[in-house]
Amino acid sequence: MGEQLAVAGAPMLALLNGFIIELRQAGLPVSLTEHLDAMEAVKHIPLEDRAAFKYALAATLVKNNAHWRSFETVFEVYFSLRGREYAVGDELADLPEDLLDELEQMMSGQGDGQMQGGGGHEALSAEELAEMLYQSLLRGDQSMMRAVARQSVKRFAGMEPGRPVGGTYYLYRTLRNLDLDSVMNRLMDQSRSGRDDEPLTPLEERLERDEYESRVEQLKQEIEAEIRRRLVADRGVEAMAKTLRKPLPEDIDFMHASRDEMKLLRQAIYPLTRKLAVRLARKRRHGRKGPLDFRNTVRHSLSYGGVPAEPKFRYPRPAKPEIFVIADISGSVAAFARFTLHLVYAIANQFSRVRAFVFIDGIDEVTRFFEGTEDIVESIHRVNTEADVVWVDGHSDYGHAFETFWSKWGKEVGPKTTVLILGDARNNYHAAQSWVIKEIRHRARHVYWLNPEPRSYWDTGDSIVGEYGTHCDGVYECRNLRQLEKFVDVLT
Amino acid sequence: MPDGPANEFRFDSVDDVRDRLRKVDYLSDEGIAGIVYLADRLGKPILVEGPAGTGKTQLAKSVAEITNARLIRLQCYEGLDESKALYEWNYKKQLLRIQASKADGDSTGWDQIEEDIFSDDFLLTRPLLEAIRAEDPVVLLIDEVDRVEVETEALLLEILSDYQVSIPELGTITARQIPLVFLTSNNTRELSEALKRRCLFLHIDYPDMEREKEIVLTKVPDISESLADQVARIVRSIRQLELKKSPSVSETLDWARTLMLLGVEKVDAEVATSTANILLKYQTDIAKANKELSNEASTVNRAAK
Ligand SMILES: Nc1ncnc2c1ncn2[C@@H]1O[C@H](COP(=O)(O)OP(=O)(O)O)[C@@H](O)[C@H]1O
Ligand SMILES: [Mg+2]
Repeated sequence: MGEQLAVAGAPMLALLNGFIIELRQAGLPVSLTEHLDAMEAVKHIPLEDRAAFKYALAATLVKNNAHWRSFETVFEVYFSLRGREYAVGDELADLPEDLLDELEQMMSGQGDGQMQGGGGHEALSAEELAEMLYQSLLRGDQSMMRAVARQSVKRFAGMEPGRPVGGTYYLYRTLRNLDLDSVMNRLMDQSRSGRDDEPLTPLEERLERDEYESRVEQLKQEIEAEIRRRLVADRGVEAMAKTLRKPLPEDIDFMHASRDEMKLLRQAIYPLTRKLAVRLARKRRHGRKGPLDFRNTVRHSLSYGGVPAEPKFRYPRPAKPEIFVIADISGSVAAFARFTLHLVYAIANQFSRVRAFVFIDGIDEVTRFFEGTEDIVESIHRVNTEADVVWVDGHSDYGHAFETFWSKWGKEVGPKTTVLILGDARNNYHAAQSWVIKEIRHRARHVYWLNPEPRSYWDTGDSIVGEYGTHCDGVYECRNLRQLEKFVDVLT
Repeated sequence: MPDGPANEFRFDSVDDVRDRLRKVDYLSDEGIAGIVYLADRLGKPILVEGPAGTGKTQLAKSVAEITNARLIRLQCYEGLDESKALYEWNYKKQLLRIQASKADGDSTGWDQIEEDIFSDDFLLTRPLLEAIRAEDPVVLLIDEVDRVEVETEALLLEILSDYQVSIPELGTITARQIPLVFLTSNNTRELSEALKRRCLFLHIDYPDMEREKEIVLTKVPDISESLADQVARIVRSIRQLELKKSPSVSETLDWARTLMLLGVEKVDAEVATSTANILLKYQTDIAKANKELSNEASTVNRAAK
C-alpha cells in the first residue's frame, strides 16, 4: 500500500483541492466530510486508472445523480492532461500498427493509391481520413474513433492558440466537415446491401440505425474530448473550467432552458414535488392526535411497572390537501409554461386533489387532460391544442382571466385549498382586477405567487406583480429549481 | 469507530471485485466494482440509487455471497419505526415476569425487577441491532430507504457513521467488525443531506447494451448469443423512446425467458409486438413502442433509397 500512498502525496492533494474548489464554484455542494473522504479515496485508487479514479471521486463528492453532468465536465477539464494516452501530441501514435496497416491495404485495394508519407503516417489525405471515419464507425472500434477524432480536430476545427472562441464553435466546425449524415447513409446502405436476397425489415432498419447512431455519439464524445484537451493545453485548467462549466439542473433558468436541459429539469422535478406534497400534508397534521396506539402504550407502561400511565397515540394519516394551480401559458413565459405543465403533471401525481387552470387572456380548466393518462407528452399536447385560453387576441390579460376564474370556479375554492399562481404578471396594461386575488385569499387556506422573472424586472413595464402580491401570502422569484425548492422549504 | 481486524480487506483490487461478482452471475461495471472496492477500503456504507429493477438489491446479495457473509436485510416501508428496525422490548414477556413476581408475594424489589426485565433476555433484536451485534461476517442491506419518512432516517445515522447503537436501558453497543452496508433507493424522494454525507454514492442506471446482453446470457439458461444480442438491442432502442416507464433489467430478463419458451430464434416485428406487454407495463408505452419499431418512418427511409 505504501506505493499507492505515494500517489496521494502533496501534489495529489493540491490537485484535489483545486478540483474541489472548482466543483464548488460550479455550484456543487461539497462538505468538509466529503472532501476528507475524497482525500482518503485517492489513496486507494490510482490516478492512472482514470475511469475508476473518476468514479471514486464521484462516489465521495457527488451525492445527487443530477449533478453528474457538471461533475464530469469539471473532471474532464481538470484531469484532461493527466495520464499518458491523454497527452496532446502525436495523433497516430496510439493507433495500433496493425490497424494502420489494414487501413493502408484497404486504401490501396480501392485503387486510391498508397498512404501518404510512407510508414510515417504523419498526415492522412482527406480521402484517407474519410475512409478511416467510415471504417471506425462500421466496426465500432474505439481506438480508431479516437484517432479519427484527433485527426479531424487537427484538420477541421481551425484551432489557433489564444483565440477566444468556445468549444462548441470548434465542435460545430469539425462536425460540419465530417458530414456525418452522408456517412450514416453509407453505413445504412452497407447494411442493406449485405443482404440483397431480402430487404431489411423496418425493425431491422431501426436497430441498425440505432446502433450506428450510438457509435456516432461515441465519436462525437471523442471529438469533444480532443477539443477540450487542446483548449486546456492552450489556456490552462482554471480558465477552461470556468468557460466549460455546465449549470446544475437546479440552476438552469426555466425561461432559457435548452431541450437537453428541459429533460434534466423534468427528471429533477419528481422528488421535489413529492417533497412539496409531504410538506403541505404535514402542515395540516401538526397538533392533531390520532387513535390510541395500544402496543406503544403497553411498551412504555413497562417503565411504570406495567401501569399504562402514559397513553401513546398514532400519528393521524396525513390529510390530503387540495391544490389549485393557475398558470400563465402565454408567449412571454413560453419556456416557463412548458416547465409549469410538467410541474402540474408531477403535482397531480402526488396529490389526489389537484385542479389545474391555464390562461392567456381567457382561462380554462385543464385538470381533465392530466387525468386518466400516463402520457405527459399527450397531456401537454392537449393543453396546448384544446384548452380554451384565448379570449380576444391571445395577449396576456390577467385581469380578465382572474375575473372569469372567479365567476366560474370561485365558489369551489375552500378553506382546504392552497392556490398556486404561476406567471410573470405582465398584464399588457389591462385592468388588474386584483380584488379577485383578495377574494380568493379570503376563501382559501393560502395563496402563493411564483414568478419566473428576475426580481429586478418586477413592476417594471407592464408587470404588476406587486399589486397582486399584496393579496398573496407570499410572492417568490422562481427562475430555477433551487428557488422552487426554497419555496417548498418556506412552506414548513 | 471500531478498528476492525487490521488490514483485512475483503478485496485485492477493483478487478477482483468484478471477477468475483461475475462468478456469482452478477455483471458489474467499472463504477459498481470500483465503489464496492472503495467501500471496503474506507469502511463506509454505499447508498445505491437508481430506477427499479437495475440490480441494486441483487448487488448487496451478491456481495454477501462472494464475501461469505450473512445477509441481514431491513426492508423499509412507510411507517417503519425503531421497534421494527432496531430493537423492541418483549413487553408480553416482561409483563409476565412482573405478574410472576407479584404472585410470588413480592420478595424481589422493583429495582431488581426493572434491572431484570431490561436485560438481554427480554430484548427482541431487529435487523439493525442484529447486524451490529453479529459475530460472524455480515452484509447489512437497508432496502428502499426512500420509503421511510425523512424523520425516520435519523434512526440510521448513528449506525452508519459509528457502527454503534445506543439503547437507553443497555448503553451503547458497538460493532465488532465493520460490516459492508448497502442502502438502496429508488429515488422517490430526496434523502437527507446527513444520510448522504455518511455514504458513498453509487448511481446504477440501465446497463449499456453490451452489459445487458451479458446479463441475459448469464441469467437465461441456454439462450443463444444471437437471441441475447437481439433482445439487448431492441431493449436499447425502446429505452430511447420517451416512455412513462422504461423496461428494467428484470423485465428484459422476463422477456428473454418468454422468447425462449415460445421457441423464438429471431425477433421480428410481429413477435416483438405480441410480447411487448412483458417488457412494458403501460398501454400507452406499448402502443408507442409498437408504432416506433415497425413504423412508417423507417419505411420511408427505405423507399427513399
Ligand atoms: N448487473 C446484473 N447482473 C445480474 N443480474 C442482474 C443485474 N442487474 C439486475 N439483475 C437482475 O434483475 C433483477 C432485478 O434486480 P433487483 O436487484 O431486484 O433490482 P432493484 O433492487 O434495483 O430494483 C434480478 O433478477 C437481478 O438478478
Ligand atoms: Mg430492490
